[in-house]
Amino acid sequence: MLKGLIGKKIGMTQFFDENGVAYAVTLIEAGPCYVTQIRRPEKEGYSAVQLGFGETHPKRLTGGELGHLKAANLPPLRILREFRTKTPDVSVGDVVKVDVFSPGERVDVIGTSKGKGFAGGVKRYHFRGGPKTHGQSDRHRAPGSNSSGTTPGRVYKGSRRPGHMGDERVTAQSLKVMLVDVERNLIGVHGAVPGPKGGLVVINEARKQ
Amino acid sequence: MTDQILQSLAAPANPNIPELRAGDVVSVHVRIKEGNRERIQEFKGTVIRLRKGGQDANFTVRRIASNGVGVERTFLLRSPRVDKVVVERHSKTRRAQLYFMRELTGKKTRLKQKFN
Repeated sequence: MLKGLIGKKIGMTQFFDENGVAYAVTLIEAGPCYVTQIRRPEKEGYSAVQLGFGETHPKRLTGGELGHLKAANLPPLRILREFRTKTPDVSVGDVVKVDVFSPGERVDVIGTSKGKGFAGGVKRYHFRGGPKTHGQSDRHRAPGSNSSGTTPGRVYKGSRRPGHMGDERVTAQSLKVMLVDVERNLIGVHGAVPGPKGGLVVINEARKQ
Repeated sequence: MTDQILQSLAAPANPNIPELRAGDVVSVHVRIKEGNRERIQEFKGTVIRLRKGGQDANFTVRRIASNGVGVERTFLLRSPRVDKVVVERHSKTRRAQLYFMRELTGKKTRLKQKFN
């Protein structure tokens, strides 16, 4: 069975196991997802399954999107995502629910991290900043030098400098599934997940088992 | 809506923990598992901090161990490991967090008892 889901981050809570150990758990409202299309090597050149999530008003979608879903005889869905799989063992119109995962399994969760705006070197790359005392002025959070001198006479591309931080795709790998609630379409994973509450996340089988 | 989901899945508050206040002298009975044997350890001291609200609500107990070494332990209010908490006396305090206790030793660590 295809192991992938699209969901919405609900927030974090705490579970206790039978020994009384507390675990931080992120809850995700995931699915039900509909199989909207199967991508085949013969046609698209690769093999994948397209899932749709989040029923919405037809007016929220463009004509093309509506037509695409109508062809599959599905309700209007807000979000479509592809899941690469070598053996697509589902057919268009199938419903994928949280029960594709079971507690104890490992999953990767992909989200968009919270935007931090234009951030300095200390926050963005954990630079140490300057000395706090000994007559320093304006050097407390300065990034210091970022290159050599006349040779090479330029700053290498990719140097760690202040700039925009966050609001990018981040994958949290190998999170343990702690809870699966089919009735409420809830899945709980151990640890934090990128993004704000209500943010869109994609759950995949863990790459590193 | 999202808060409701979080609430509904939250572990229930441990019923064996009574209402606590900063300054209470308490004895916390904690279940400890050693191998497959379970025993109860007592930790007796003064509540110096309560952090309420949220899933990870907790309280911190401070006691003076041997050689005058201060020991602080934080317990989760929802933890099933806490077997029971016995409140031995209340104290009159003028603040909610008694961090000043960390600086005090000996007779100065006494708090005025409150009877009610």
